[in-house]
Amino acid sequence: MSYHNPHTPPRKSATFDDYTLAEIRRAAATGIYDIRGAGAKRKVPHFDDLLFLGASISRYPLEGYRERCDTSVTLGTRFAKKPIELKIPITIAGMSFGALSGPAKEALGRGATIAGTSTTTGDGGMTNEERGHSEKLVYQYLPSRYGMNPTDLRRADAIEVVVGQGAKPGGGGMLLGQKISDRVAEMRTLPKGIDQRSACRHPDWTGPDDLEIKILELREITNWEKPIYIKVGGARPYYDTALAVKAGADCVVLDGMQGGTAATQDVFIENVGMPTLACVRPAVQALQDLGMHREVQLIVSGGIRSGADVAKALALGADAVAIGTAALVALGDNDPHLEAEYQKLGTTAGAYDDWHEGRDPAGITTQDPVLAARVDPVAAGRRLANYLKVMTLEAQTIARACGHNRLANLEPEDLCALTMEAAAMAKVPLAGTDWYPGKAGF
Amino acid sequence: MCGIVGLFLKDKALEPRLGELLSDMLITMTDRGPDSAGIAIYGAGAPGKVKITAQSADPENEFKGLVAELELAGVAADVTLKSTHAVIEIAEDAVADTRAFLARKGLRVMGAGESVEIYKEVGLPKDVVARFDIRAMGGTHGIGHTRMATESAVTTLGAHPFSTGADQCLVHNGSLSNHNNLRRVLVKQGMKFETQNDSEVAAAYLTSEMAGGKDLGQALTSALDDLDGFFTFVVGTKDGFGVVRDPIACKPAVMAETDQYIAFGSEYRALVNLPGIETARVWEPEPATVYFWDHGKAA
Amino acid sequence: MPVFDLAKTPLREFNAALHSVGNGDNDTAFEVLNPRGSHALAVGIDQPLSVDVRGSVGYYCAGMNDGGAVTVHGSAGPGVAENMMTGTVTIEGDASQYAGATGRGGLLVIKGNAASRCGISMKGIDIVVHGNIGHMSAFMAQSGHLVVLGDAGEALGDSLYEAKLFVRGEVKSLGADCVEKEMRPEHIEVLAGLLEKAGADAKPEEFKRYGSARTLYNFNIDNADAY
Repeated sequence: MSYHNPHTPPRKSATFDDYTLAEIRRAAATGIYDIRGAGAKRKVPHFDDLLFLGASISRYPLEGYRERCDTSVTLGTRFAKKPIELKIPITIAGMSFGALSGPAKEALGRGATIAGTSTTTGDGGMTNEERGHSEKLVYQYLPSRYGMNPTDLRRADAIEVVVGQGAKPGGGGMLLGQKISDRVAEMRTLPKGIDQRSACRHPDWTGPDDLEIKILELREITNWEKPIYIKVGGARPYYDTALAVKAGADCVVLDGMQGGTAATQDVFIENVGMPTLACVRPAVQALQDLGMHREVQLIVSGGIRSGADVAKALALGADAVAIGTAALVALGDNDPHLEAEYQKLGTTAGAYDDWHEGRDPAGITTQDPVLAARVDPVAAGRRLANYLKVMTLEAQTIARACGHNRLANLEPEDLCALTMEAAAMAKVPLAGTDWYPGKAGF
Repeated sequence: MCGIVGLFLKDKALEPRLGELLSDMLITMTDRGPDSAGIAIYGAGAPGKVKITAQSADPENEFKGLVAELELAGVAADVTLKSTHAVIEIAEDAVADTRAFLARKGLRVMGAGESVEIYKEVGLPKDVVARFDIRAMGGTHGIGHTRMATESAVTTLGAHPFSTGADQCLVHNGSLSNHNNLRRVLVKQGMKFETQNDSEVAAAYLTSEMAGGKDLGQALTSALDDLDGFFTFVVGTKDGFGVVRDPIACKPAVMAETDQYIAFGSEYRALVNLPGIETARVWEPEPATVYFWDHGKAA
Repeated sequence: MPVFDLAKTPLREFNAALHSVGNGDNDTAFEVLNPRGSHALAVGIDQPLSVDVRGSVGYYCAGMNDGGAVTVHGSAGPGVAENMMTGTVTIEGDASQYAGATGRGGLLVIKGNAASRCGISMKGIDIVVHGNIGHMSAFMAQSGHLVVLGDAGEALGDSLYEAKLFVRGEVKSLGADCVEKEMRPEHIEVLAGLLEKAGADAKPEEFKRYGSARTLYNFNIDNADAY
């Protein structure tokens, strides 16, 4: 009887997995880093790792539908003569005309308006379609200042000074030439077809002491009417929130690393910034330390998908949330019925993230008129409104179950954490205990 | 993030007004830094004597009987009390004993030297100036700072100016990005730090460079290589006054010179009350360029 | 002529007065006394009115000017005439950094020197500086003209798009993708017009023209060092 050496099956490295190997080959072949949209894809601790406690005997729940649970929120109450009143605490995040097609921007405006909330321009100026179809429109003030002008500034309902984004805190942007159509080029004063590079700092101020003066200028130009938001990427949320408040902001928009529809280097998206979950409590702490919690409103974004996420963000201390990726999906992005076309692009529905390349089969992240015509702004707007309504109902369901007659009354004590990581980041107790990592007394 | 001011007098006739002029400059910069304020005044010191400025959170109790307590500790001192600060004038050879005494008593040292007095507190610049009666002070040169804290605590110790060597002090507008690493290097060299503030690291860096034999101008030149981030510094020494901005030079800076003075402000607003400002030479310091004046050499 | 003394009148009142001027109003010439380095002075003008400021101003004077003629009889702080749409802004003294930043139109004349980042991200504005300009001027400048009678600091025109730069004196260094270009008759003509409008006593032939080499317009790995 002969002895055969036992066969060891081939084993792939956990470190050099297939995705990593493919990326090394891609980099070696092309000589350029990977650029994509869609925010961080790696798994990070998120709102999924928190649960609500509900009510039974120690607290009394409210009756669904019949007993009122208020969802309204007013943004910009600190200095602005005309704060923004929203029916729901879910807003549409800034995404540019240029990044998105005209019909997609219109659909966002329509959907947000039906739902009683605001939408936001992006790095590329304000279009008439967007203004006309958005009852409440926030005008972004970005480093590039593309399309910036005093007329649009005055016809906006609020001004959002963008200092950073969750996908790339500290980074600038790049819109590849394929998406610089005639109209986009004209709005941005750029030659058609070239790559548009965006600066990482504002051209005419650096730091909170200068920002305070910039805010003064914007307020003087707009007669102190418009709320001024400051948007920061989730990087150093305690200090950034505190400094935005000190510089005179009415609202702080805090975007975690799962946020971001715009094109960024993959290495940046996946390796810079903090999970949204980890950003909220430090920001709220900063507001509380300054005696400004609820005086300066906090809008949290980055990976908000459901009414549960909304309720959790609010319970941790946010006043409202913003959605970007989820809104695009509601409009029809990455829809399985387009699978054949996604396959032609070498991807699959649900994984498509080359939103900067302008070939989106759904017609949303493109400037190709044929593709863009696939978006029916009325129907897509309706879908977005439905989705916003569902999220609101879900958040109300949870708030009522915790005994609250307002979403804004949700509090950290309504939550417990499933994991040690989430307990530490959200500073809520691990389920079944009264302890979280970092809490004194153990 | 902050407002900074500095005034270096060439005309002795202005010396009695130094405190008044600097106070006005400082208060104008309140918007840039409402958290805390500080001022360093270089006045005439007595030869062989050293002034230590100490601070207490509980001056009524802790400063009571300070002279007698010092005497018990073997130090003969003249003490001038100003609100939360005590200026303790002692003989040069009593510095170590005095510092040991202050440490035992838990009093914080704001700065020490033959001519410098440093006053800093949490609060609005106008209140800080008033509580220390800065307007009444005379001197040869001085620097001041209003602070909007970026990444470290709003405390008295966290206020500028930072003084890390005899008669040396520094004010900073900006944000350093390599201060943690640099602090570790300086700690290894034996430097001691009171705060987590990036500006204290810059001050200690200059002290360390000057201890190695460089003059202030040379130390500031080295800083351009060794400090990373954004900075506009104004620094004072016993006789000298220096200004430097990082190579990117985003943080604002305006200077003015007349026959009577050299003045620095984060903004032109800080300079508008100075005598003869209408006809002064006003300019912006260049990036990565060291500006340095010295009373000893200027004379 | 309405006169506003900022030693007595709040900034808000003055800017509100400018914004309340309507079409066809008679009182369109304003004078400002004691500006003392104030920020956000005469911002958001949207009518063809004139403002004479007697003294020096702080940040963002005449910001987003749309049709006004603003003259500062003194020096200007950072960001003067930022994002100007149309109109004229004249600074008799020096201007601090970011002069004319992101300006879309109109004419900015600086009789003295301008500091760093003059004309940063300019998008159509014309800027004429009688003196020198500082480093990183015309960074990412997209459109419009920057004319400098004196010298330019380091990294002129870094990452330049289609703005045209004319410098009479020395250029300390050119930024990435900025090159000297041939001065053709059409450039001489444009420059002559700008010099005249700006009251500058200089001959167009004494200037050199700088513009984008356009090598960064579409990403190429061989240019990666320039990013």
